[in-house]
Amino acid sequence: MKTIMVASWLAMLMSICLAAKDSCVTCHQGLEGVQSDPVRKFTNDIHHRHGFSCADCHGGDPQRDDADAAMSPARGFRGKIPRTAVPQLCARCHSDASLMHKYNPRQRVDQLAQYLTSNHGKRLTAGDTAVANCVDCHGVHDIRTTKDPLSPVHPLRLPETCARCHSDAARMEKYKLSPTVLADYQTSVHWRALADRGDLSAPSCASCHGNHGAAPPHVGEVAAVCGTCHVMMEDLYRGSPHKPIFDDMGVAGCVACHENHAVMHPTPELLNSESGICANCHDAESAGGKTAAGMAKLIGELSSQIDRSKAILDRARRSGMEVSPALLRQTEAQEQLVKARVAVHAFRVDAVGAPVQEGLAITRETYTAGLSALEELDRRRTGLLFSLVAIGLTILGLWLWIRNFERKKRSLTAPVTSSGSGDPLGG
Amino acid sequence: MEVNARVSAVKQWLDERLGLEPVREFLAHKTVPKHSSTIWYYFGGITLFLFGVQVATGMLLLLYYRPTSTEAYESVQFIVAEVQFGWLIRSVHSWSANLMMLTAFIHMFSVVLLHAYRRPREVTWLSGIALLGLTMAFGFSGYLLPWNTTSFFATRIGTDVAASMPFIGEALARFLRGGDDIGGATLTRFFGFHVAILPGITTVLILVHLALVQRHGISTPPSVERQHYGAAAKVPQLPFIPNFLVRELMAWYGTLGVLGCLAALFPWELGDKADPFAPAPAGIRPEWYFLAPFYTLKLIPSHVWGIEGQVLGLLGFGLLAAWWVTLPFWAAARDGALRVRLVTGAGVALIAYLATFSFLGYTR
Repeated sequence: MKTIMVASWLAMLMSICLAAKDSCVTCHQGLEGVQSDPVRKFTNDIHHRHGFSCADCHGGDPQRDDADAAMSPARGFRGKIPRTAVPQLCARCHSDASLMHKYNPRQRVDQLAQYLTSNHGKRLTAGDTAVANCVDCHGVHDIRTTKDPLSPVHPLRLPETCARCHSDAARMEKYKLSPTVLADYQTSVHWRALADRGDLSAPSCASCHGNHGAAPPHVGEVAAVCGTCHVMMEDLYRGSPHKPIFDDMGVAGCVACHENHAVMHPTPELLNSESGICANCHDAESAGGKTAAGMAKLIGELSSQIDRSKAILDRARRSGMEVSPALLRQTEAQEQLVKARVAVHAFRVDAVGAPVQEGLAITRETYTAGLSALEELDRRRTGLLFSLVAIGLTILGLWLWIRNFERKKRSLTAPVTSSGSGDPLGG
Repeated sequence: MEVNARVSAVKQWLDERLGLEPVREFLAHKTVPKHSSTIWYYFGGITLFLFGVQVATGMLLLLYYRPTSTEAYESVQFIVAEVQFGWLIRSVHSWSANLMMLTAFIHMFSVVLLHAYRRPREVTWLSGIALLGLTMAFGFSGYLLPWNTTSFFATRIGTDVAASMPFIGEALARFLRGGDDIGGATLTRFFGFHVAILPGITTVLILVHLALVQRHGISTPPSVERQHYGAAAKVPQLPFIPNFLVRELMAWYGTLGVLGCLAALFPWELGDKADPFAPAPAGIRPEWYFLAPFYTLKLIPSHVWGIEGQVLGLLGFGLLAAWWVTLPFWAAARDGALRVRLVTGAGVALIAYLATFSFLGYTR
């Protein structure tokens, strides 16, 4: 019985030793440069953390100490994976729903299917190895989850990762693509939201082009793509007179006015009937030009009234007046301004007019509150002045009285001994 | 003549019933030493005047203030924005509290530097120190009542410091907070301290302090006493009524003018309503009179000789406070001679420490 127990312990110990043995790591960590890089990097890799080894991708037998035996094709050794084979290699696991479920039940398993529909995937299938595959974006040997800030596909790093190829003018020339997309994007409101405010939900490359199925949206799809975030603008645009016209012209709706990568912060100037974007198609005197001017005037008016009201409330607040209810009300005028800007996408003056009128009514109220606060401040200062004069006169009266009293007392009790130098502070 | 006769009749009527003659007699003969430092005698009276302002404005604020975490901020906002002269009452109350703290400190240090704590005024000194502590407690408890962000987090820091005291810290912090953290229970509790318990104790102590001042009279500094020692002319005296009293009234009026200017030109800010779930804003610090110990505790390393830094700091402050409170008892040598240089040096050093560390605590 004892012998069986010892034998089973020994067997268990041997199996643990064999399982832990990995001749790939043992040999490569002793090498130099690129030969040891994979081993060094792999310690940070998500696959390593989940117990995967070199052989799971590269094949071979890590239990063998002899390099030839370990890296024998007979034992499934594949060596460096050809670029065209990378997506299928990754998909062996990543398209296996039951396998992926063990590690992350919410992980999608359609990456390969999506990739094959992407421009990258189509070209790779056609034999163009210069296009991106899995490792170009996710890295190799040190693959991290997308939530890891060090991952090249973390939202904050994704634009630079895409730009590694898409800002390479020589490489992009072959595909007739602009190499300035990153520079353009970095001037946009989307980039500022992402980089300056750290808003990870702000759109970057994958938000509009897709990630694994990356492709430029077609002309007719652009509004839908922008509409994933800008829902109300898309709804209004679809019901506007511009939609059928842009469709007929083959122009992408949103891009026609806002650009694609260099999306700027929209200002009323955009609607200027002479220098704004509308002037590209509409004369100032045309119905379209007049609509643009009308909308610009309304928005500009509400915007300036909000600024005027804000300035007076800020002045009152800085002076120590309690104007927080008016400041709170002011935010409602700001909301109406946002609504008016959204309503521009209906391209009708009356649609913009409704929120503007509501906002103007609020700014009249808040401006009056600010004005009243400043008037109250003036009254307080006047009141203070009168009070100080009254206090000063009282002090003066007391001083004169005590001086007079002490003088009289001195004259009655000469020679001078104790009190009464006439100094009101008794010095 | 007719008027004087009526006044005399009223006096006589009151004397018969209240026995005021000895009091009048006492006040008629009461004097105040007159010398180059007489001006410092006015600060005790100014502190008393500011306490009166606090009581009066506090009672007016009570008409509208609601001591619950859901209503406190809004009720102060209502007082400031809607109630007629509410802004003035609230601002005067806040500024007066700070001025009172300042004049109380000036009064204490003038007592030290003029050596007015000497025998037989030891108990007067002790009651004064207790009043200073009560004034600080007023400041600490009142600071939370508007329930704004600054007051909320400053109170959290204050009670955290109390919690780190050895042995009693946890229990004391729990007693102050009414729970594990600052909340509605803390506000109600602080309100109770601020408007009932502290005013009651303070009023009694002020009466004791004033009675002792009357009992022993106003102290003459040793240097002035030395100048007149053996001289034909004694230390000049200023009659309390009306000479000193009228000057004191002038000082009170001046203080009222300063209060009015501060309240009207720099109204006390209300800030934003406290949000217990929000992170503490950067640079949060307690009121200026707690800045010096606060900054000192910040400078102490986390551990010194194996003892937690904050605990060591609090022990140090405890010893310093004990040393300061017992000043009249170690100020005199065994032979009864006053250690003038030692006390003056200690007073100047403490002023220098408080001024420097308060400044550093405010600016860093």
